[in-house]
Amino acid sequence: MSTHPIQLTINGRRHDATVEGRLVLSDFLRGDAGYTGVHVGCEHGVCGACTVIVDGLAVRSCLMLAVQADGAAITTVEGLAADDGTLHPVQQTMRDEHGLQCGFCTPGIVMTLAALTGGPNKANSETLLNALSGHICRCTGYQGIRRAALKLAGDAA
Amino acid sequence: MKPAPFDYLVPSTIEEACAQLAEAGGGATLLAGGQTLMPLLALRMSQPFILIDINRIKALKGATRVDGGTRIGPMMRQNEVIADPTLARELPVLVTAAQHVGHHQTRNRGTIGGSIALGEPAAELPATAVALGASVEVRSTRGSRRIAATDLYLGPYATALEPEEMITAIHFPDWPDDSISLFREVAQRPGDFALVGLTGAVTVKDGCIARAGIAWFGMGPTPIRARQVEAALLGQPIADLDLAGLAELAVADTAPFDDLHATAEYRRTVGRRIFARTLGERLNRNGP
Repeated sequence: MSTHPIQLTINGRRHDATVEGRLVLSDFLRGDAGYTGVHVGCEHGVCGACTVIVDGLAVRSCLMLAVQADGAAITTVEGLAADDGTLHPVQQTMRDEHGLQCGFCTPGIVMTLAALTGGPNKANSETLLNALSGHICRCTGYQGIRRAALKLAGDAA
Repeated sequence: MKPAPFDYLVPSTIEEACAQLAEAGGGATLLAGGQTLMPLLALRMSQPFILIDINRIKALKGATRVDGGTRIGPMMRQNEVIADPTLARELPVLVTAAQHVGHHQTRNRGTIGGSIALGEPAAELPATAVALGASVEVRSTRGSRRIAATDLYLGPYATALEPEEMITAIHFPDWPDDSISLFREVAQRPGDFALVGLTGAVTVKDGCIARAGIAWFGMGPTPIRARQVEAALLGQPIADLDLAGLAELAVADTAPFDDLHATAEYRRTVGRRIFARTLGERLNRNGP
């Protein structure tokens, strides 16, 4: 067993920690750093609920070790809305299009859509719909989420 | 903690990683993209004493053109393969295959070398390496060697790699610019394991098939090169190919299993159908 010092940025705030090599990133973000918006569902890379943005890319945080995030910049769902509570465009669109019911899978879906629509090369609707295949939602039947993705891509839903 | 305890090592060079592998004497596991290994660790199906994380080794990244082919660093992420302009030009079927691996989120971490080293029989990238005649360059403290992809796979998740060896590059030979890609995958949902998959390329010269490299995934214990149909295609005029007869030959080398999702007979039937349809469509012919 080994422990390692890590230093990373989460939602713009610097965090220093010492972690065991085997600690997975999702558990670090929830349990150690307190970002409980990172939802852990299956805990082995199938459901997509724990998706966060690591250095600009949507990844499953249960499939990375915390120690691997040393030096990384991470965004969780807590980092999306403005300080005054104004929702991020992805959050607002998911709300407008009824893209959630119980909300368990929602942070992961929101992070995938935010990663793909936030950069200079905005993804098209095909890419967004394809990326949604990496998430499981047991409530909505997906239609509201699809509408939100199409709207975010600039296509009429 | 989900994974069992291990010592975590993070080498910054290939030499350092090889020394650590040798030192561990078979007790270490390499962590590449982790999109298969991390679930195995979380479920404690894999309990290595030492985990060697090769994500910080710069020499394992990127693709470069070399004499007669393309050399791909094993730590190139699957989404980097998809976005790479050199690979899009030189190895379009590899790019198409990569688009079918897992999901967008797992492709941001998952690597080409990790997939090729794992040897999942239903995976796209090992079969594409077999089809196109790729080879892997592997290294240990005892030296380096090249293994043809066709010799790499021994069984499900079993490869010719020794425990202290690591893949340091994947070499794909050049295919002519006008090669025709063949790729089709049948899966229950995007990102699911393939029930049946076909990958490879053919080239046409003076109206005849001049070169063929074709392999199956999800059709046996390893990726399966369709040698009989490759041989039958060579020299054939594309104007009068017997697609139904060729489809029969195409599945002759396969050894599919029955499982929860499909029977072996279903896989062979679908295999014949997608072979004939894909080849016919790509050569602008009507199906049988």
